Amino acid sequence: MQAEVVEFEAAKTGELAQAVYEHPWVVRFTHWVNAVALFVLVGSGLQIFRAFPSFGAKIPEKDLLNWPKSFALGGWLAGGLQWHLTFMWIYIATGLFYIGYQTFSGHYRQVLVVPSDVRGVWPMIKHYFFFGAKPPDTQAYNPLQKLAYTSAIVLGVLSVWTGLVIWKPVQFAWLAWPIGGFQLARLWHFLVMWAIVLFVVGHLVMVVLHGWNNFMSMLTGWKKDPEYISVSPRSET
Amino acid sequence: MDESKFKRIKRRELLKLTPVVAFGAFAIPNLRTPLLKAGLGFSDWASAKLFRPGHLAVEFPDAELTPFEKFPINGYDVDDPGVIFENWTLTVTGAVQKPGDYTLAQIQALPRKRQNTRHVCVEGWDVIGRFGGTPLYEFLKLVGADPTAKFISVQCADDYYESLDMATAIHPQTLLCYEMYDQPLTREHGAPVRLTVPTKIGYKHAKYLTDLKVSHVLERGGYWEDQGYSSFYGL
Repeated sequence: MQAEVVEFEAAKTGELAQAVYEHPWVVRFTHWVNAVALFVLVGSGLQIFRAFPSFGAKIPEKDLLNWPKSFALGGWLAGGLQWHLTFMWIYIATGLFYIGYQTFSGHYRQVLVVPSDVRGVWPMIKHYFFFGAKPPDTQAYNPLQKLAYTSAIVLGVLSVWTGLVIWKPVQFAWLAWPIGGFQLARLWHFLVMWAIVLFVVGHLVMVVLHGWNNFMSMLTGWKKDPEYISVSPRSET
Repeated sequence: MDESKFKRIKRRELLKLTPVVAFGAFAIPNLRTPLLKAGLGFSDWASAKLFRPGHLAVEFPDAELTPFEKFPINGYDVDDPGVIFENWTLTVTGAVQKPGDYTLAQIQALPRKRQNTRHVCVEGWDVIGRFGGTPLYEFLKLVGADPTAKFISVQCADDYYESLDMATAIHPQTLLCYEMYDQPLTREHGAPVRLTVPTKIGYKHAKYLTDLKVSHVLERGGYWEDQGYSSFYGL
């Protein structure tokens, strides 16, 4: 897969700069639609959880936590369900659109973590958490980034899987077996949700740390002067 | 290329994302209500498509039953609406050949089915209970229900009301239930007759039935449905 690269002349300085088309439209579109859908699904999911904040028996009921109403969407259980059952279709549709596009365009190579990335994961963790030297970027996403994004996709699939078991335990009974049965599905769904929330928090911290050029690339698709492409010698111009 | 041309390219790419702004409609109260109603409607439509008439809900061995005393009593209002058993009949109306009042003895004369099935509440909990009664399709045969009718509606002694699509009503595990755990229904659990529908969410399992109507058009969905809950909610 060859990334599209353009070279342009900065208007003020006259210096040559380069930009790479990192994120095709489908990736950006599904990213933002899913960002909205995830926000709604987490908010309404917590509203649904409030109706029975436990994972055990109804009698005797042992509540796990009393999630505040102000941090839940929909006002009451029916409202939460309306949001959840509406946006789950948007979430599933964009998920399928994204995975289908990535698979058939070959663009998945940018994001899917592969065995050769494993070596590069620890140096990135050292860099971010223990102030180690920054390993050079050789591709659009570094190995840790690829691991995080691949995990997020897997979590997305798991959220739909566990959700379908909760929604349709009779028609989709066959989906319940691999996750340990219907009664565990609700717990899995809850844990997968928190894992996704954790990913989003980490993701947002990274977005802030990496600045405007990086952020804008998810809106326009183009990233200016990424480290991994060789910049043409500017002194010659 | 010069920078202004590159900026135009970037602007065009940014504009291609504008459809995402359409989600803002959900922030406007006047649009939100119909949008969510449509979303729930789509979900119900998909639910009806996914329903398989011949597919049975899992039936469990006796060892997995939730003890009777741990089977929640989830009346919406009172646990006992004070049904007088001696006078009780099920009043049948609508698209049937033999409308009228049917006694418990007439219902119990029909074939009996006992099943250990899961009762799933919309709140998120579930129990496995043992239910006995006559399949609703047997009763519908008895009253001569119009096979082309689309809905079954029931009225309860406590003003609760419910409805089922015909495909679910004639599902082999849908019961006019008069027994739980091999004993006659207790008052809190809906005596003398309630619905048991293992392919539907709990609020469809109406208790203390008094009236049953077969119809081509649905006049009222159900007590919870009419307040915003899913009207199909098949499991």
